[in-house]
Amino acid sequence: MQNHNLFYQNKSSRNITDIFLTSISFLFALFAILPLILVVSYILFKGGSQISLDLFTLEPNPPGDEFSAGGINPALVGTLIITSIASLIAIPIGMGGGIYLAEYSKGGLFARFIRFGVNVLAGVPSIIAGVFIYALIVSTKIIFGSTYSGLAGGIALSILMLPSVIKTTDEGLKLVPNELRQASLGIGASMYTTILRITLPAAFRSIATGVVLGIARAAGETAPLIFTALFSYYYVSGFEDLFYEMGSLSVLIYNFALEPYDVQNKLAWAASFILVLSILFVNIFARILANITTKEKRI
Amino acid sequence: MIKNKKQKNKIISLDNVSISYGSFEVVKNIFCDFKKGCITSLIGPSGCGKSTVLRSLNRMNDLIPNCSLKGTVMFDGINIYDKKIDPVEVRRRIGMVFQQPNPFPKSIYENIAFGARINGYVGNMDELVENSLIKAALWDECKDKLGDSGYSLSGGQQQRLCIARTIAIEPQVILMDEPCSALDPISTLKIEETMHELKKNFTIIIVTHNMQQALRVSDMTAFFNAVEYEDGDGGKVGYLAEYGSTSKIFNSPKEKTTQEYISGKFG
Repeated sequence: MQNHNLFYQNKSSRNITDIFLTSISFLFALFAILPLILVVSYILFKGGSQISLDLFTLEPNPPGDEFSAGGINPALVGTLIITSIASLIAIPIGMGGGIYLAEYSKGGLFARFIRFGVNVLAGVPSIIAGVFIYALIVSTKIIFGSTYSGLAGGIALSILMLPSVIKTTDEGLKLVPNELRQASLGIGASMYTTILRITLPAAFRSIATGVVLGIARAAGETAPLIFTALFSYYYVSGFEDLFYEMGSLSVLIYNFALEPYDVQNKLAWAASFILVLSILFVNIFARILANITTKEKRI
Repeated sequence: MIKNKKQKNKIISLDNVSISYGSFEVVKNIFCDFKKGCITSLIGPSGCGKSTVLRSLNRMNDLIPNCSLKGTVMFDGINIYDKKIDPVEVRRRIGMVFQQPNPFPKSIYENIAFGARINGYVGNMDELVENSLIKAALWDECKDKLGDSGYSLSGGQQQRLCIARTIAIEPQVILMDEPCSALDPISTLKIEETMHELKKNFTIIIVTHNMQQALRVSDMTAFFNAVEYEDGDGGKVGYLAEYGSTSKIFNSPKEKTTQEYISGKFG
């Protein structure tokens, strides 16, 4: 009789509950991933059919042209430029701040204040960053008298990137075992050499991944750009265009999706397709980067 | 005659040293002269502050927030806690090997070359790497795979790599913080042999929990103990209970506590 109890009991209430709860959690996991699959596949379906060479090379036609909406070249180039400006500002400042927090601050009051500030900044809605830069740069015409400009757009996005860069640098460096730091200092390396040659390379993987993801996130922002870079129908042709209105994929989508004309809507779908695809690629790139650097570490 | 000369040859001396973390005093009123060309072992029960004392000798405690030291630590006649002293320079003269083997995530060759290079070594790097590995008794085991990662070695080999790395910067003193506690007996034996070799060129100060090891490797032994605070709130403060030649400490200790610790009655 006692031996019987060792066999799996299909009808015991414990096992039934177990199966029930397992299925429910599986179902919810499915629901969670469903929006992602739907959004991506819908955009791929609606936008993928619009892809042509003209899309990448032409300027968008002004609304009203019922036969062709043109291309998204200015927006594509604009997104690249604005994101690059944001990275150029946010990565050095953010990494410097992260290094200070993780390596130098020793957890003092100032460091705690900065960490708190970074967390708050990370939670600030992106539109606030846009309004802030609008008030600071656009409306005051502080940069060579220009109002809406690609440069202002880049600065607004850099505000959004900054907390994620600081955080990933800080967290990445904190994961480096203290033994490595001691080893380096113990053979007479200075703090500066230790950080540059030992701790930063050891944390490179997590920092690089975090930074790349931060860039991808900034590239898709719309709200801050509406207030700062606005939009442009025309090719970016030279350096001075930095100081004028600049198009971007996300604002193009916003503008053209609201147009009453079908061709414009289609262009917005095509731009969505490009944007989603490039963000996907950047994410994949971040993963590859992580893999490459781990392999190198083990030599 | 030789013994007399040795006694004059003190390389590091602690003069009334007290170390505290914040308001918590770890060790109190340490007076101790470490002799040149000797292996000195620091023994004592856990929490008596012997590692803290060891780490104070090359200012590694600077890295711990709130850690402060009173008194003077003289190295070659200079107080290394003087305001004008650069701790980086101190650590170049007084190297350190840690409890856990901690090679850099670089090749074996680079592990050794890194320290030498940042210390401004200009000679033949290949030669230095080879000599350091020979002195650390690791050359024969890894001469064919210098390009492999330091992590590819076994624990004992990694520790000897760390010793080689320390030797390469040619310090005057090598501090070892329980270097064998993470290793098996065979690796331990190899490291002890290495230490005997190193004695010819370096002064070694080692913290160990293994009394047999102290007996095997060291010339001098310092026994640290901890007593409860006088105000009796349960906290303990470490002090140097007895210091002398290893044979004397182990065979005829003056203090009763030393006798008890060595015979395994506590600790």
